[in-house]
Amino acid sequence: MLGFPTNKTLLRDCTDGKKVKGLRRRNKGLKAKRTVSTLILSKNLIEIMGNTSSMLTQYDIEEVQEHCNNTISQQEIVSLYQRFCQLDRNSGGFISADEFLSVPEFAVNPLSQRLFRMIDGLNFKEFVAFLSAFSSRATLQHKVEYIFKVYDSDGNGKVSFSDLLDVLRDLTGQFISEQQRELVLTQVLEEAGYKKDSTLVLSDFMKILGNSGLKMEVEIPVD
Amino acid sequence: MSKVNSSNMELDLDRPNIEDYLPTDSIHEPLGKLRLRDLLDISPTLREAGGAIVDDSFTRCFKSNPPEPWNWNVYLFPLWCLGVVVRYGILFPVRVLILTLGWIIFLSCYIPVHWLLKGHDKLKKRIERALVELICSFFVASWTGVVNYHGPRPCARPKQVFVANHTSMIDFIILEQMTAFAVIMQKHPGWVGLIQSTILESVGCIWFNRSEAKDREIVSRKLREHVEGADNNPLLIFPEGTCVNNNYTVMFKKGAFELGSTVCPIAIKYNKIFVDAFWNSKKHSFTTHLLQLMTSWAVVCDVWYLEPQNMKPGETPIEFAERVRGIISARAGIKMVPWDGFLKYSRPSPKLKEVKQQAFAESVLRRLEDK
Repeated sequence: MLGFPTNKTLLRDCTDGKKVKGLRRRNKGLKAKRTVSTLILSKNLIEIMGNTSSMLTQYDIEEVQEHCNNTISQQEIVSLYQRFCQLDRNSGGFISADEFLSVPEFAVNPLSQRLFRMIDGLNFKEFVAFLSAFSSRATLQHKVEYIFKVYDSDGNGKVSFSDLLDVLRDLTGQFISEQQRELVLTQVLEEAGYKKDSTLVLSDFMKILGNSGLKMEVEIPVD
Repeated sequence: MSKVNSSNMELDLDRPNIEDYLPTDSIHEPLGKLRLRDLLDISPTLREAGGAIVDDSFTRCFKSNPPEPWNWNVYLFPLWCLGVVVRYGILFPVRVLILTLGWIIFLSCYIPVHWLLKGHDKLKKRIERALVELICSFFVASWTGVVNYHGPRPCARPKQVFVANHTSMIDFIILEQMTAFAVIMQKHPGWVGLIQSTILESVGCIWFNRSEAKDREIVSRKLREHVEGADNNPLLIFPEGTCVNNNYTVMFKKGAFELGSTVCPIAIKYNKIFVDAFWNSKKHSFTTHLLQLMTSWAVVCDVWYLEPQNMKPGETPIEFAERVRGIISARAGIKMVPWDGFLKYSRPSPKLKEVKQQAFAESVLRRLEDK
C-alpha cells in the first residue's frame, strides 16, 4: 500500500555475479548494507501497520524457485524466507557466523565448520539453493554432488586423501587416533580399488554412493 | 555477547542426558564390514545440520509471533485506524495518568515509612510489603491487566520456594500484586536497576549477574539463607533463567530444587489475542516493552498456583526440576524443550558434539573389527 521496496533489491544487489570467492563475499557485504536502511525502515513501518507477512513478491518467489530447479515449492520458499529473516538478526541480507552458530542444534553438529564455510555470506537465493539438496524432490545426482562439495573444500573438483581424512576427523574427533584414521581410510580405499594417493572425482562418488539410497531429506515446515 | 567459558563447564553438570531428546540418526546400526561407502556417506549428519538450519526447537522458543494482518480492506482498515487512535490517543494518556498517580501515592507513603520507622522493623516490613503490592496493582491497572488467579493464595512459610515459568519481567509484577514475593532477578541497568536496588531490596530480593561465573555460589548461599529465615517473604524463582515466548518451556536450572525445601509451582499463561507479552530482551528494552503493553488493548493472563511438590526419595535435583517443569507445562498447555535457556547468551558446550563424535568413532572401530 505504501510502496515498500520489494525484496527484489535484496536478491539482485547481493548477487553481483562475480565468481572470485573473496571479492564476492566482500562486495556482497557492502552492497547488502545499502538495502539495510530501507529494509529496516520498511520492516518497522510494517510492524506498526500490523502487517508482517512476507515481503516477497510472486516475482521473487519464482526467481528463487527457478534458481534451485523447482526442487522447492513456493510455500516452502516463503517459510524459508521467514526463517532466513529470523536468523539474520542484524538484517544484513546474509547470515553471519555468529548467527548460524547461535542455533545450538547446528553448533553441536560435527560438520558445522565445513558446512559453515559453504554457507557463510550467502544471500537468500543462494541459501535456498544450498538447502535444495535436502528436498524430497532433489535428484540423487544432486545429493551426491552436494556431498562431493562438502568434501571438496578447495573447490578444485578433486577429493584427495587429506580431504577424506579431514572429514573423518571432524566426524570422529579425538576418539580415534590420527594413525588409526589413516589406517582405516587406506584400508577401505584399497578394498574399493583406489590407491591411497589417488584423488576422487564426482564420477567416483556417483559410483560409490549412487546405488544405495541416501537418507538426506529435511522437511521444511509450512505454516 | 558475553562468552562465559567457565560457566559452560558448570552448565554441563546441570543438564540431564540431552541425547535422550535429540535424534541420534548418525548412529546408523550398520551391518557387516566397513566399506568406503560407509565412510563417504555423511548424509545423516548433513541431514541433521540441514534440519537445524531450516527449523530448530531452540529458536522457536524465542520467536515473537507477529500479529496476522487483518486490516487490509476497505472497511476493516478504518476500523483499525480508529482502534489505533483510541489506543494511542485515549487509553495511553489515561494509563500514564493512572501510573503517575500510583507512583505519587506510593512514593509519598514509602519514603516517610522507610526513613521514619527505622526502629520498628516488623511494622515497617508489613507496610512496605503492602505498598509494593499497591504499586504493582497500579502497574497492572496501567495495562488493563485482566488476571485470573486459580488456586490457593500463597502464604509465607519457611522452607518453601515458588517457581514459575518466565515470559517477561511483568510476570513478577503480576504475581507480586497478589502476594509480596522476594524474587531473584538479573541486575538490570537504568531505571529498572534503580528500582531494584531501592524498593525491591526492602522486600528481600536477591540479585545475580549472569555474566559472572563465581556468582553462582554466592547466590546459592543467599538463597539458602533466605529460605531458612522464618519471617522473610516467600521466595520466587524463575528457574528458566531467561524470558521464553510462552509457547515453550526451556530447561529449569537445578538451583531452586536443591535447597531442600518444598517447591510450589506456579503456571502463567498469557492470552495472545490481546497482546504478545513476551519480552524479547534482545530486540527491545524494558521501557519499549512497557510502552508496547500500555498501547495495546489489554493484558489477559491466567495464573495457576499448583500443589506444592517435594523431592521424592531417590530423585536427583535435575529429575525433580524436570518433573516440576512437566507439571507447569501441562497446566499452562505449553510444550517442553530440552535446551538450556542460557544458550541465548553462550555457545553450547563442546561436550555435546563430542558425544556424537564418540558414537560414530565407536561404530567405525567396531565394524572394522567385524571381519
